[in-house]
Amino acid sequence: MGTPVIVEIHDDESKPELFEEVFDYFRYVDQKFSTYKDDSEITAINKKEITENNFSDDMKLVFKLSEETKKITNGYFDILTPNGSYDPSGLVKGWSIFNASHILKNKGIKNFYVEAGGDIQVSGKNNKNEKWCIGIQNPFNKKREVVKKVYLDDNGIATSGNYVRGQHIYNPKNKNDKLDEIVSFTVIGPNIFEADRLATAAYAMGKEGIFFIENLSDFEGYMIDKKGIATMTTGFNKYTII
Amino acid sequence: MKKVILSSFLIFGFGAYILHIRILGTTAPVVLTPEPNKPKVALSLPEYNLITTEPKPSNTTTQNTTTTQTNPVIINPKPVIVPPPVINTGKYKNGTYTGDSIDASYGYVQVKVIVSGGKIADVQFLSYPDSRSTSVRINSRAMPYLISEAISTQDSNVDAVSGASFTSAAFNESLSSALSQART
Repeated sequence: MGTPVIVEIHDDESKPELFEEVFDYFRYVDQKFSTYKDDSEITAINKKEITENNFSDDMKLVFKLSEETKKITNGYFDILTPNGSYDPSGLVKGWSIFNASHILKNKGIKNFYVEAGGDIQVSGKNNKNEKWCIGIQNPFNKKREVVKKVYLDDNGIATSGNYVRGQHIYNPKNKNDKLDEIVSFTVIGPNIFEADRLATAAYAMGKEGIFFIENLSDFEGYMIDKKGIATMTTGFNKYTII
Repeated sequence: MKKVILSSFLIFGFGAYILHIRILGTTAPVVLTPEPNKPKVALSLPEYNLITTEPKPSNTTTQNTTTTQTNPVIINPKPVIVPPPVINTGKYKNGTYTGDSIDASYGYVQVKVIVSGGKIADVQFLSYPDSRSTSVRINSRAMPYLISEAISTQDSNVDAVSGASFTSAAFNESLSSALSQART
């Protein structure tokens, strides 16, 4: 995926082996789903070397979840790219963070966060025994700079935008849509899997995306347009209080 | 006479309504513009353990979730015609080029490109929109009921940052103008 992964644990039980287990999992996911790797399963699928019957179980699951996400988002989430190949990275990142955080939870770890490329799952409290304080990146700045702070204790937060690796999100209903009205779309949800896939879809909807999130219970959104104006869902402010 | 007309109108109106429901039924398109007291739609969450997940129908909502999942949504994303990006096309002359200062409404975005060996060696921000802490309720026609604010730089005392790295439409625009000067 070419994205940095950060794991932070604030439980006494944390051991180096735990971190290794989580990072091993991400390496496994990367090896399977990276469209940048010549020997990944997804690359083989795109070269038509593997038929659907021979997909691995995780690949089958990811394709199934993608199909479900496409339905939920009225077609705005689609892993089929304009050039006809499959790129499930809009779903795999959130999915793998979600699974990684369950590796930790299953070991009894309560206070941690897992981040991959700006998408984050938090659990419990930080080292000051407070809610985790997560900043939303200024999309106009190359450097790390925060334009909004939110306080989370058991949520996923994901931000979509086309300012990472060039355009990698498309409007499946209009391939010519440059999606430049909105520069950043952040979604907070009950877990990172949901937040990530809905952030991707909401971003693809352009400025209508905020209404899509507004209409979903348990999800809040913060959308920044190219003029630097942010629009938030009605319940968003509950996360801006410590 | 007036009364009769009125009641026949009402009956007709009701009949037409029934007909409307019959014909359109649940295939009526869903409009995304929120109404003030409309209950939110609960999304069908997958099972906690994703390995065994199956989409399950939601029972925590007063609205038919299936309707929102399968029906067309009235959104008309406007195609935006933007000149193709000039990045990675052709060779560039070595040197330092400053892009136009692009108005991002509450501030300006301007970048400087350093070209070395015919390639982009670095892109620096000379200016970008920052700190203005006005919080306003704007544009009620386009964004009913939702609060907007101009983004402003906060202190970076956070545990983690959600987002990605750089760029924006203004960034691209300023970069394009810088690179057009660098074209050989």
